[in-house]
Amino acid sequence: MEAINIAIKAIFIDNMIFAYFLGMCSFLAVSKKVKTAFGLGMAVIFVLTITVPINWLIQEKVLKEGALAWIGTDFATIDLTFLQFIIFIAVIAAMVQLVEMIIEKFSPSLYGSLGIFLPLIAVNCSILGSSLFMVQRDYTIVEATAFGFGSGTGFFLAIIALAAIRERLKYSHVPDGLKGLGITMLITGLMGLAFKSFIGVAL
Amino acid sequence: MSTELAEVSEESAVALKTKEPAEPLFSKRRKRIVSDPLNEDNPITVQVLGICSALAVTVQFKPTMIMSIAVIFVIVFANLITSLMRNMIPNRIRIIVQLAIIATLVTLVSEVLKAYSYDMYKVLGAYVGLIITNCIVMGRLEAFAMANKPYDSILDGFGSGFGYAWIILVVAFFRELFGGGTVFVGTPLEFDVYGSIGGLMGTSLQTNGLMVDSIGAFILLGVIIWIQRTKNGYVEH
Repeated sequence: MEAINIAIKAIFIDNMIFAYFLGMCSFLAVSKKVKTAFGLGMAVIFVLTITVPINWLIQEKVLKEGALAWIGTDFATIDLTFLQFIIFIAVIAAMVQLVEMIIEKFSPSLYGSLGIFLPLIAVNCSILGSSLFMVQRDYTIVEATAFGFGSGTGFFLAIIALAAIRERLKYSHVPDGLKGLGITMLITGLMGLAFKSFIGVAL
Repeated sequence: MSTELAEVSEESAVALKTKEPAEPLFSKRRKRIVSDPLNEDNPITVQVLGICSALAVTVQFKPTMIMSIAVIFVIVFANLITSLMRNMIPNRIRIIVQLAIIATLVTLVSEVLKAYSYDMYKVLGAYVGLIITNCIVMGRLEAFAMANKPYDSILDGFGSGFGYAWIILVVAFFRELFGGGTVFVGTPLEFDVYGSIGGLMGTSLQTNGLMVDSIGAFILLGVIIWIQRTKNGYVEH
């Protein structure tokens, strides 16, 4: 129950884009067409649901102070937290590579649609951000998985909605200086305002 | 004294003759490397990079300043190291090598902050770590440092870093002014604008809560982009 609540909160209230500005680069760059936005959104959900629990295991069993106690009592005092960033980013890059190879092998059609977006995801801030937030908030592994899935879904919803709006925007007259990035930022702001209405939603 | 000077100048003259005439330390081309990202080729408003970690820390001026310094440090040194190693890095694994360089530098920044300014470390939280995935850093390594000499790469790092810094400092200034009614909280220039204006007029001024929220940042950045692009005549198609 707690896990479902965390997922819902991550999708609607603490949305990666509207509340934390994470993953903005690909959010702005890949939101010109609904179809490509759909591909990127699916890839983000996929990678987040896998990497957050894996990074949770690494944090709890390797990096945290005293986490190495399972090897022997000599290791109980070791604190490897300073390695957190480099290990997390390595895990994410490796997982993205692995997921890419697995999809290519077993589902060439899915690979065709996700393929080009997967390498991009390694440097998407929302992936690393979710892992860092997961550490800050002391989740259990079930909650961490739910949080990863929820964050991904929130990103997916946001990017699809923005892509749909931008497709329609082609037919409107936007001032020259505001074209492209400027108007997109204003729209994102208004969308964020709409997402504010979800505050208080909980199971 | 005069003979010494003459000797020195003779020596340097010989050195100049034997060496190829080197490019001046601040030649026109090198000045452009630094000045272009500040305005015409700004990383945020024109290239659309690095927005991810930029906006979240801009609620107040002081944390934004710390963040800017951290990003400038990381981008300059990452550019330098990558440029020094550029002929040793195999092309296939260059992304992960770049990530490792950036992650090491960011870890350094984070540990220094934790040791010397724990309050700021708490305020910035996860966003210090997110400098790793800041697109500006990766983008400059890919586009510039992999193909240019160390000194030029350092200049490019400073240019892009300051181009990023001034935009987010402007955003932070206005968010703090409209959202909190103050400017430069936590620095020696701290001043309560709304409080003093309200005191003069004999009323209390209402601050705008939206500006503290993420929505204010989006809209403010949109407006800044609008102004800057109109001034430069840049139109995106």
